Amino acid sequence: MKEPKIKTRDLTLFYGEKMALNAISMDIPEKEVTAFIGPSGCGKSTFLRTLNRMNDLIPNVKITGEVLVDSLNIYDKQIDVVNLRKKVGMVFQKSNPFTKSIFENVAYGPKINGMNNKAKLEEIVESSLKKAFIWEEVKDRLHDSAMGLSGGQQQRMCIARALAVEPEIILMDEPASALDPISTAKIEELIFELKKSYTIVIVTHNMQQAARVSDVTAFFYLGELIEFGKTKKIFTTPDKKQTEEYITGRFG
Amino acid sequence: MDNSINNTGFVFTKESLRKKFRWSEFLSERIITGVAFLSITIIILIFFFVFRETLPIFKQKKEIVKVESVQKQEQYGGDENAQPTNASGQEQYGVITKDTMMTENQVVGEDTVIHGADEATVKSLLGKDWLPVSDRPRYGLIPLLVGTVKITLLAILFAAPIAILAALFSAAFAPPWMREIIKPAIELLAGFPSVVIGFFALMVMASFFQNIFGYDTRLNAFVGGVAMALAAIPIIYTITEDALTAVPRSYTEASLALGASRWQTALFVTLPAATPGIFAAVLLGVGRVFGETMIALMATGNAAMISVNPFESVRTLAATIGAEMAEVVFGDTHYSVLFLIGSLLFIFTFGLNALAEFYVKGKLVKRFQGK
Repeated sequence: MKEPKIKTRDLTLFYGEKMALNAISMDIPEKEVTAFIGPSGCGKSTFLRTLNRMNDLIPNVKITGEVLVDSLNIYDKQIDVVNLRKKVGMVFQKSNPFTKSIFENVAYGPKINGMNNKAKLEEIVESSLKKAFIWEEVKDRLHDSAMGLSGGQQQRMCIARALAVEPEIILMDEPASALDPISTAKIEELIFELKKSYTIVIVTHNMQQAARVSDVTAFFYLGELIEFGKTKKIFTTPDKKQTEEYITGRFG
Repeated sequence: MDNSINNTGFVFTKESLRKKFRWSEFLSERIITGVAFLSITIIILIFFFVFRETLPIFKQKKEIVKVESVQKQEQYGGDENAQPTNASGQEQYGVITKDTMMTENQVVGEDTVIHGADEATVKSLLGKDWLPVSDRPRYGLIPLLVGTVKITLLAILFAAPIAILAALFSAAFAPPWMREIIKPAIELLAGFPSVVIGFFALMVMASFFQNIFGYDTRLNAFVGGVAMALAAIPIIYTITEDALTAVPRSYTEASLALGASRWQTALFVTLPAATPGIFAAVLLGVGRVFGETMIALMATGNAAMISVNPFESVRTLAATIGAEMAEVVFGDTHYSVLFLIGSLLFIFTFGLNALAEFYVKGKLVKRFQGK
C-alpha cells in the first residue's frame, strides 16, 4: 500500500474545557475519497478543520497530537499556515462566494499568490471552471456577480475557486447539504472526477452519498473514531455494533 | 393539556374566546404612539421654525429696492425713516457712514446699492465678505462655506484613515481580549464633551503644532481640523467596526482556505465587503464635523477668510451661528441670515444622512443578492 497522504496520530482537541476529539489516529489515502460520517456534533467537521488548521481561527482551542501531511507535522511551529492552506484547500457547507464577479472569485486565489499575468489568469480561471463542470454555464457571464448564481452553481464555483490555487488535498464540509438532488448529483459526479488528481476528504450527513462517492469511510461518534475502513466493508459488514446501528438508521 | 387548563383557569369555550377589551393594553399602545408622534412633531416644528425665520431674506428683496429709492431722497431726513425693519434701523448711526455709502452707491452702482440697503439679497449672500456688524453690513456666505468645507476635509482626512484602520485592526486582527478593551474605549470618546476637546485643542494642540510647523496664526483650520477629527473618529470607528464584523465569517474562511494571509483577507475580502458601511460611516463623520460648533468656535480662530492654506484661520457655518446668535437683533437681517445658515446646515446634514442611508441600503441589497 502506498504511503498515506495524511496521517493523524493521537489528535486530541479541546474547545475550552470540552473535549471535542479524543485521540484520533487515521491514515487518509492519496487520490481517493475519504468520507467522514456520524451524527451531528460528533466531531467530524472539527476533525476535518484540523487538517488545514482552520480551527486556529477559533479562540480557546487546544490541540495535541500530530497531523502529518506528506509526513510533515502541520502543527509544527515552523509551518506556515498560509502555505499549508494552499496545499490543503477547502470547500464549505454553505457556498460562500465573495461579492465579486465569477472571474474575480476564481482568480482571487492565484492573484493573492502574486499571479498578475492577465492571460495566465484567464487560462487558470477557465481550466478551473472546466474542472468543476461549470464552465459551460457561466462562460458568457464571467464578469457578472457570483451572487447571481444558483446555490448549486455557487457551490461548484467555490470548488473551482479552491481548484484554482492547485491544492493537492481538498476538504469538503458537507458540500451538498444545502443543495437540491440534481445539484447534489452534479457535485458527486464532480467529486468522482476530481479524485483522479486530488485527495478528497468529505464530511457528509447523507449515508447514501458516503456510500456512493467514497472509497474509505470513517465513522465518528462523540469525538471518537469508532471505525475506519473501506467503504464497502463499513456499509456491508461493519466490525462495530455502533457503526451498524448508525448506518441502518437505528440511532443518530 | 389538562394541567395547563387547571393552572391558568382557562377553559376553551366559545365564551372564553370572545374578544375582550383590555384597558391597559389600549392605553399603553396609545401612549407609545403618542410619544412617537410627539417627537416627530417636535422635529418637524423645529424645521418649520428654522425655515420660517429664514424666509424674510428672500421676501424682502423687492420691498427693499423700493425703500432704497425712497431713502436716496430722504436719507438725511433721519429718524422719521426708522421702521421696524433693520434697513433704516442700522443706518441711523452717523452721517459719515451714509456719506461713504452714498459715494459708493454713486460710484459702484447697483451691486453696492444692495450692500447699502443692508439687505441680504441672494446676490450679496454670494459675496466674499462676512461683515454682519460693520457699518456697511455684508452677509457673504462664501468664506463661511469655504471655511466649513476646508475644515471638514481636513478633519475627515485625519479621522477616516485612522478610524478605518483602527476598526480593521480591532475587527480582524486584535485578539478578543484586546478588542474588548479597544472598542469601548474608542466609543467612550464619542461621549467626550466637545467643549473639552475644544479646550484641549485651544490650550495644548495649538501650541504643540505651532512648535512643529511654525505657522503664524496660532488658531487655524489645521488645529481645528485635528480637534474635529478627534470628535469624528469614534463615530467613523464604531460604524466601520460594525460593518466589518457584520461581514460573514464564511467570507473570511473562504479567503483563508485559499491560502490568503490574514492581512490579504482583511484587505481584499473583508474591507471591500464592508465598503457600503464604511462609506456611511465616513458620511456620518462628515455630518458630525460639519455641524460641530464648540470645537470650531474654540480652535479655528474664527476669521472669515477665503484661502486654501490650512494654516489660516477659518470660520465655520455652525460656529458663526454659535458666536453671533446671542448678540443679534431679533428679526434683523443678520438674524435671518443666521437662520439661513441653520437651514443650510440642516439641509446638508439631512442630505448626507439620506445619502448614507439609501446608498448603503441599495448597495448592500445589490451586493448580497446579485444583480
